[in-house]
Amino acid sequence: MEYIVITYLWLAIVLYFLLGGADFGVGIIEMFTSTKNISRTRRTMYHAIGPIWEANHMWLIIAIVILFVGFPVIYSQLSVHLHIPLVILLLGIIARGTAFVFRHYDAVRDNMQEIYNSIFVWSSFITPLFLGIIAGSVLSGHIDAKAHDFATAYVFSWLNWFSVAVGLFTVALCGFLASVYLIGEAEDAKDHHRFIHKAKTMNIAAVCCGALVFLAAQVERVPLANWIFGDAVGLSAVILATLSLVLLWTQIGSGRTTLLRILVGFQVTMILLAISYAHFPDFVIIRNGENLSLFTAQAPEKTMQALGSALLIGSVLILPALFYLYYSFQKKKVNGS
Amino acid sequence: MALYNNGLWAVDYGLFRNFDSNRFIMDDFLAARMQMALSLGFHIIYACIGMVMPFFMAVSHYKWLRNGNDVYKNITKAWSKGVAIFFATGAVSGTVLSFELGLLWPEFMKHAGPIFGMPFSLEGTAFFIEAIALGFFLYGWDRFNKWFHWFTGVVVGVSGLASGILVVSANAWMNSPAGFDYVNGEYLNIDPIKAMFNDAWALQALHMTIAAFASTGFAVAGVHAAMMVQKKNVNFHLKAFRIAASFGAIAALLQPLSGDLSAKDVAKRQPAKLAAMEAHYHTQASAPLLIGGIPDPENKKVDYALEIPGMLSYLAHGNFSAEVKGLDTIPERDHPPVPVVHYAFQVMVGIGTFLMVLSVMLLIAFRRKQWLSARWFLMLFALATPLGFIAVEAGWTVTEVGRQPWIIQGIMRTADAVTPMPGIAWSFYLFTAVYISLSIVIIFLLHRQIKMVPVQYDVPAGSSQKH
Repeated sequence: MEYIVITYLWLAIVLYFLLGGADFGVGIIEMFTSTKNISRTRRTMYHAIGPIWEANHMWLIIAIVILFVGFPVIYSQLSVHLHIPLVILLLGIIARGTAFVFRHYDAVRDNMQEIYNSIFVWSSFITPLFLGIIAGSVLSGHIDAKAHDFATAYVFSWLNWFSVAVGLFTVALCGFLASVYLIGEAEDAKDHHRFIHKAKTMNIAAVCCGALVFLAAQVERVPLANWIFGDAVGLSAVILATLSLVLLWTQIGSGRTTLLRILVGFQVTMILLAISYAHFPDFVIIRNGENLSLFTAQAPEKTMQALGSALLIGSVLILPALFYLYYSFQKKKVNGS
Repeated sequence: MALYNNGLWAVDYGLFRNFDSNRFIMDDFLAARMQMALSLGFHIIYACIGMVMPFFMAVSHYKWLRNGNDVYKNITKAWSKGVAIFFATGAVSGTVLSFELGLLWPEFMKHAGPIFGMPFSLEGTAFFIEAIALGFFLYGWDRFNKWFHWFTGVVVGVSGLASGILVVSANAWMNSPAGFDYVNGEYLNIDPIKAMFNDAWALQALHMTIAAFASTGFAVAGVHAAMMVQKKNVNFHLKAFRIAASFGAIAALLQPLSGDLSAKDVAKRQPAKLAAMEAHYHTQASAPLLIGGIPDPENKKVDYALEIPGMLSYLAHGNFSAEVKGLDTIPERDHPPVPVVHYAFQVMVGIGTFLMVLSVMLLIAFRRKQWLSARWFLMLFALATPLGFIAVEAGWTVTEVGRQPWIIQGIMRTADAVTPMPGIAWSFYLFTAVYISLSIVIIFLLHRQIKMVPVQYDVPAGSSQKH
C-alpha cells in the first residue's frame, strides 16, 4: 500500500505541475503580451482555462493531504522551515484565484478590471516562482533541523541560489507549458503564429533557466549533476526529454496540437522524474544528512492502508468525470467555433 | 475545504497582558490562534454559502425546466454567479487552511495527521468532484442535455455538503479523540477509521449542516427582501426570496432539536465546555439555566442573569433535578475561558430563537399573501441578513474556545502544538489585511451584481414564454 500512496503523491505533484503549471503559465503569457493583443489573448485564455482551472488546482490539495496524512513528519518539518515561502505561496494562490474570478464576475466593466488584471498577472508569476523555490529548497540541503538562529532556520533554508534558480526555471516551464497549450486554442492563423512564437521564446527561456539551475547547484554544492547523470533512470529521462524537445521544434508549426501537448507534457514529466528518482526514497534533503525518507517518515501501517484505499476509491470517481470535463469543453469548442 | 479552529478571542487570553508593551508585538501563540480563528472565521462563511446555494439554484433551475418561466432561469443564473464567486473564495481559503494547519500547528499535525486524516483524504475527493461539477454547471448552459446540466448543479451541492460533513469529522475528533491509545506521550495502535467515526461527529455534523442552511437561507432571503423593500424587480426577487427563505425557515425550525441533542452530548463528553457555555461555576443539583448575565471569573459568579430553575439540569440530562458538573470539578489550569464562551453561546441561542420566530412568521405569510409585500415584513428579513452567519461564528467560538486549553481534548494542549517560528504576529497582520480587503471586494462585487439585475435579467411582465 505504501507504494500506491507514494505513486499517488508523485502523480499529484506531476499533475499539479502540468495542469496547474499551464494554468499559471497562462497568466505569465498575459504578462508578456503586448497591449495591442492583450484583450484577444485574455479572451482566448478565459475560454481555455475557465471551466477547468479550479479542478487543475485540486492536485495541490491532494498532494498536501497525502503529505500530512501519510508523511506527517515531512509535512510538519517543511511547514516549520519553509514557513515564509509557503505564506507567500498562499498569498499568491489567494490573489490569483480571486482576481481571476472577480474580473469575470464583476457585473460592471470599468477600471476595476485593470486592478484585477494586474493582480492576476503578478500573482501568476510570483506563485510558481515560490512553488519552485519551495521545491528547490526541499532538495537543496539547506534545511537545517538543528539551526539556532532565525536566519539559518527560517530564511537561508529557502533563500539561496539553487532554490531561486529552480523558482525561475519553474516560471519558465509554466510559461512554456501554457504557450504550447494555447497554440491549440488560437482563434485564427495570426494568433496561432503568435503563440508558436511565444512557445519558442518560452522554451529558450526554460533552457537558459535550466542551465542556471545546474550552475547554481555547483555554487551551492547540490549534487544535482550526480543525481541526474549518475543514474540510469535519470539519464534516460533526460535523453527522452531532449528527444521530445527536438521533435517538438520540428512539429511546432504542423498544427498537430494534441501531439504538441503530449510532447510538452512528456518533457516536463521526464524532467520531474529525473530530478526525483535518484534520491528516492529520500524526499527532503537535510543539511546534516538526516534526510527525511518516504519510507522511514511514513504514518503507521493502518493509516497508509486507509489512505491508499481512499485514493483508489477517489480516483475511480474523479478521473472519469475529469476526463469527461476536458473532453466536453474541447469538443464543444471545435464544434462551436 | 473547511477545517477547524484553534481558538479565539484575544480578551480571554489577555490580549493586553500578552502584548509586549514596548514593541506592540503580539505574543506568537496568541497570534497563531488569532490567525487560525481569522482564517476559519472567513472560510466558514464562504464554505457554507458555497455548499448550500447550489441547492437553491437546483430548485429554481428545476422550476424553470418544468414550467418554462424565464424568471426562474434568471434567478438560477444570478445565483450561479454568486456561487462562482463564493466557491472560488472558499476554495482558495480552504487551500490556505490545509497549509496553515502545518504552518501554525506543526506539532499537532505531526501526531494528529495520521489519526484524523481519513476524512481529509475523502474530502479531497468530494471537493475535487465539486470543482469538476461546477465547471460543467457554470460553463454548460446550452451545451449539454438540460437535465444533465441540472444534475451537475445538484452534484455541486451534494459533494459540497459531503465535504463539509467530512471536515467536521476532523474537528469532532479534536473534541472527542478516538482511534488511538495514548501511552506515555506516544500515539499507539492508530486506527483512522475509528478516529473518523468518533462520538462527536454525527451530532456536530448535523448541527453544522443545519446551521449552514439556516444562515445561507436567511442571508440570501434577506438580500432579496431588501430589494423588494426598494420596489426593484419585485417579481424576480419575490420568487428568489420564497426559495431561499423556505430553506432557511425549515433549517431554523429543526435547529433547536439538533441543538438539544448536542447540548446533552457535550454535557457527557466535555463537561468543562458545557460549564463554560452556561458559566456554571459550581456543581449543583436542579441547576438553573442562565440567560444573559455577566460572568465574573474572579469571584466565580454571574451577575444580572435571568435564571430558569432546574432547566439546565433538564437540558443537559433530561431531568429537572439532575446534578450538573460545574467548573469546580475541573482543575483550574484546564478551564476554558468562561466569559467568551458564555457570551458566544448566548448570541448563538438568541439569534437561533429569533430566526425561529421569523420562520413561523414566514409560514404564516405563505397563507396570508399580503405580508409578502408588506414593508415591515420585508424589512424584518432584510435586517436579519447577517444574523445567521453571526450565529455560525458564535457557534464555532463556543466549540473551539470551549475546548481550550486543549487542541486535542485531554491529550495535547494548544500551547504545545504551536510552531517554533517567531514573528507569527506579522503573518497574522498580513492575513488580516488580506481577508479584510477580500471581504470588501466581495461585498462590492455582490453589490454590483445586484445593482445590475434590472439590466441583465429584466423580463417584462407577462413574458414568461414556454421553451
